[in-house]
Amino acid sequence: MITLIILSGLGILTLFAQILRFRKGLFPVILVGLAAAFYFTSADYNSNPQPWFSSMLDFNHYAIAFSRSIIIIAFLWFMMARNYFLQETSATDHFALVIFSLVGAVSMVSYNNLTMLFLGIEILSLSAYVLAASDKGNILSNEAGFKYFLMGSFATGFLLFGITLIYGVSGSFDLHTIQQSIATHQQPGMVLIGILLLLVGLCFKASLVPFHFWAPDVYDGAPTPVTAYMATVVKTAAFGAFFRLFYICFPDMISQWANVLWWIVVLTLFIANITAVRQNSVKRMLAYSSIAHAGYLAIAIVSMNGDASGRAILYYTLTYSISTITAFTVLYMVARNSGREDFGAFEGLAKTNPFLSFVMVVAMLSLAGIPPTAGFFGKYYIFQNAIATHNTGLVLLAVIAALIGVFYYFRVIIAVYFKPEQSSIPITVGGLHRTVLFITTLLTILLGLFPDLILQWI
Amino acid sequence: MQTAILILIPLIAAIAQLFVPRKYGKRFAITASLITFVLCLVTFLQFPTSGDYQYVTNIPWIASLGINFKIGMDGISMLMVLLTTFLVPLIILSVVQSETRTPVFYSLILFMEMALIGVFVSLDGFLFYIFWELALIPIYFICLLWGGEHRVRVTLKFFIYTLAGSLFMLVALVYLYLHTASHTFEIGELYRAGRSLDAPTQGILFLFFFLAFGIKMPVFPLHTWQPDTYTEAPTQGTMLLSGIMLKMGIYGVIRWILPTLPLALSQYGDYAMWLAIIGVIYASIIAITRSDIKRLIAYSSIAHVGLIAAGVFAGNAIGVQGGIIQMLSHGINVVGLFFIVDILQRRTNTRKIGSMGGIRQQAPFFATAFLILTLGAVALPLTDGFVGEFLLINGIYIYKPVMAVVGGFTIILGAVYMFRTYQRTTLGETSVETEKFLDLTPNEKAVLIPLLIMVIVIGIWPNIFLKVSEPAVTKLLSGN
Repeated sequence: MITLIILSGLGILTLFAQILRFRKGLFPVILVGLAAAFYFTSADYNSNPQPWFSSMLDFNHYAIAFSRSIIIIAFLWFMMARNYFLQETSATDHFALVIFSLVGAVSMVSYNNLTMLFLGIEILSLSAYVLAASDKGNILSNEAGFKYFLMGSFATGFLLFGITLIYGVSGSFDLHTIQQSIATHQQPGMVLIGILLLLVGLCFKASLVPFHFWAPDVYDGAPTPVTAYMATVVKTAAFGAFFRLFYICFPDMISQWANVLWWIVVLTLFIANITAVRQNSVKRMLAYSSIAHAGYLAIAIVSMNGDASGRAILYYTLTYSISTITAFTVLYMVARNSGREDFGAFEGLAKTNPFLSFVMVVAMLSLAGIPPTAGFFGKYYIFQNAIATHNTGLVLLAVIAALIGVFYYFRVIIAVYFKPEQSSIPITVGGLHRTVLFITTLLTILLGLFPDLILQWI
Repeated sequence: MQTAILILIPLIAAIAQLFVPRKYGKRFAITASLITFVLCLVTFLQFPTSGDYQYVTNIPWIASLGINFKIGMDGISMLMVLLTTFLVPLIILSVVQSETRTPVFYSLILFMEMALIGVFVSLDGFLFYIFWELALIPIYFICLLWGGEHRVRVTLKFFIYTLAGSLFMLVALVYLYLHTASHTFEIGELYRAGRSLDAPTQGILFLFFFLAFGIKMPVFPLHTWQPDTYTEAPTQGTMLLSGIMLKMGIYGVIRWILPTLPLALSQYGDYAMWLAIIGVIYASIIAITRSDIKRLIAYSSIAHVGLIAAGVFAGNAIGVQGGIIQMLSHGINVVGLFFIVDILQRRTNTRKIGSMGGIRQQAPFFATAFLILTLGAVALPLTDGFVGEFLLINGIYIYKPVMAVVGGFTIILGAVYMFRTYQRTTLGETSVETEKFLDLTPNEKAVLIPLLIMVIVIGIWPNIFLKVSEPAVTKLLSGN
């Protein structure tokens, strides 16, 4: 609970910073605030907290673990995005938006009530809509924001309709009451439709095929730091909420909804991976890659294996986000230097900047799932849970999809080590970016070697 | 403890290498790999005659999933590690002065040595998989950064091919893991879990393991990545691939398939053996028709490995022992032959067999070295190749005589393409390309002489090595 209070306070403070002429010192304050939020979240861990507000929110270990993960990702993201927002747009209101959306993200992983889920999603999404359109002079950014808003509202409609039907059957918004009601009464028809509508709504948010059409355009059009935010924090929160809902509420109906989700996973894995191979822009490739990773994550929901699946999603979202932040940081710097975002812009990077090329290679290996990076263990743990719940067929399909993934991730690696057509200008990497890239790369390898550091959180 | 040190030295050296000044790069790498070799040799000389794992280190690693960092060596591992540590210094030494290699190059080789040793000493399924994949990353970059003209396409194909195989192996390992009593990756528990499965399930796991190991070796028809990759890779890359890396596949069969899936082996081993033997004949015939000498050696490697695979899949002690000794000899011969190819290419700027000739008059020492390696490759008695192929064919004969007859053709066909190559490059009239052929430099001699000595030593006293692996093989096949 204290996490939400600190983050809300930090958000309001950031909002006032513009009026109080406090812009210069704002950034350290935000980092300190996030560190404090992390510290107090961890302090909650051992205190066996009670549900809050007539059990609207329940900060169990699952919620605390995901909150921590979201704060870590946000911390790294702020270090990555600082320069862009300070130099190119008005920093304070956008930073405030991001912090408010973190409040939404934390609610999404700690709700115990469907209304709280809805509120969390809306708080997160509204900020994200504005952020996507934050490059006001750029028509593509405007398009991205508008498209995101329309599609997001549409998805929320499905979600609300689903919540309504579930409420109609169970007479409650409380997750545990709903679960008991479904387990004891025989009303599968309406419940099933409600579950499917919730599934559609959450698949929209998590950008799973066939509800992914908004994602490539929005990711491509939004400014690169914002895209990084959507691909990391938003995705982590979406899957935290997704798993929590289906794990607590609907385990008794798994045989019905898992079949639907099975097909969604297979479609996501293949359509996203195959489309990503055909992209020429690295940013668009990363957008499709983010959809593909949603597919791997959804395997953990299909193959519900108790808390182990929750751990798998926690580990996967965190490590995927860390590698994605590396990738987007390098992309941001390369694109700023050359004005291009295609694979060609990366040519010769190994010659002009070995550090950037090394961290990019590690990030790509991690996203492709090659040991000893963290991306490998994330996939491994999800596959292990799937095999344990007799979904071996799905794992074999996912393995083939992962092989397709190697094609496009290695295109970046090959470009980095390829001789450029004309000699390129060396990229200057600022101290802050150097630090964030160093931390993310170190974490990618460290967490890959010692996954227990994260797994023991739940 | 010794095992852990053998992994640690190359790893530390690989990292330290990055901070060594460029001109000392090669010297540092040779020193580090020689230290590893000497330590390994000392361990080998003291190695007890026992089938158990020696020098075991066992540290909990990912405790929540029952994964341990468990390493140790039995006789089979010992010989594989000895081969690796023996070849790596020579491979590093084979870099000539004119080729400028950055410290990263040597660092990647040392890193690869670490991963290869790791594969051979892992006693935990998960750890085995990690090392297995770790070995792939450095060789990919060695080929990508220093390879030939078509390296981008060829190395990507190689990477995806081998990754595909290993991912299927991973699925099989996880399946075994989930069938252990206490959910652990400990090798003995995985053996027990595998043997408790029924025949159809074992068959599927057999297929998955076979894909991983068969691609690595490679066995026909999974070999299509191999000739291109061997040709495009830099010489040191080709040596690492053919000399050591393909042994990972055969070692995998011995370590994992034979003790874990006995029912599947008795049912499907036949198919695997026929594939291997078809590969022997097929690759030999293609080798005869090649005019590019590097491709010829690449195909000859498929033929030799096919025979090893067939002998190992026969599943009897003689076949497996033959496979192990032949892995050593093949590693030595093929590294030597690829170095010969490298020398030829550097001196004549061509790899076409037809445009060479008469080298013997210009360079007698070179011609002698080439001859000894050729004799080893065609399995002449008193050379290393003879011991291995004799035991292998013996093992196959015990399993099914007809296979031994067909597989035995490899010796005849091998003699055809090897002697023809030797004759057309070294004997006869000199050509424009070979007119000014210089004899071996001291550096080249330093690479070749240890190899030539080993060709003879294994040929005359194979028992030095056979007696080390024998108890381990007996134990492995008895199913304990």
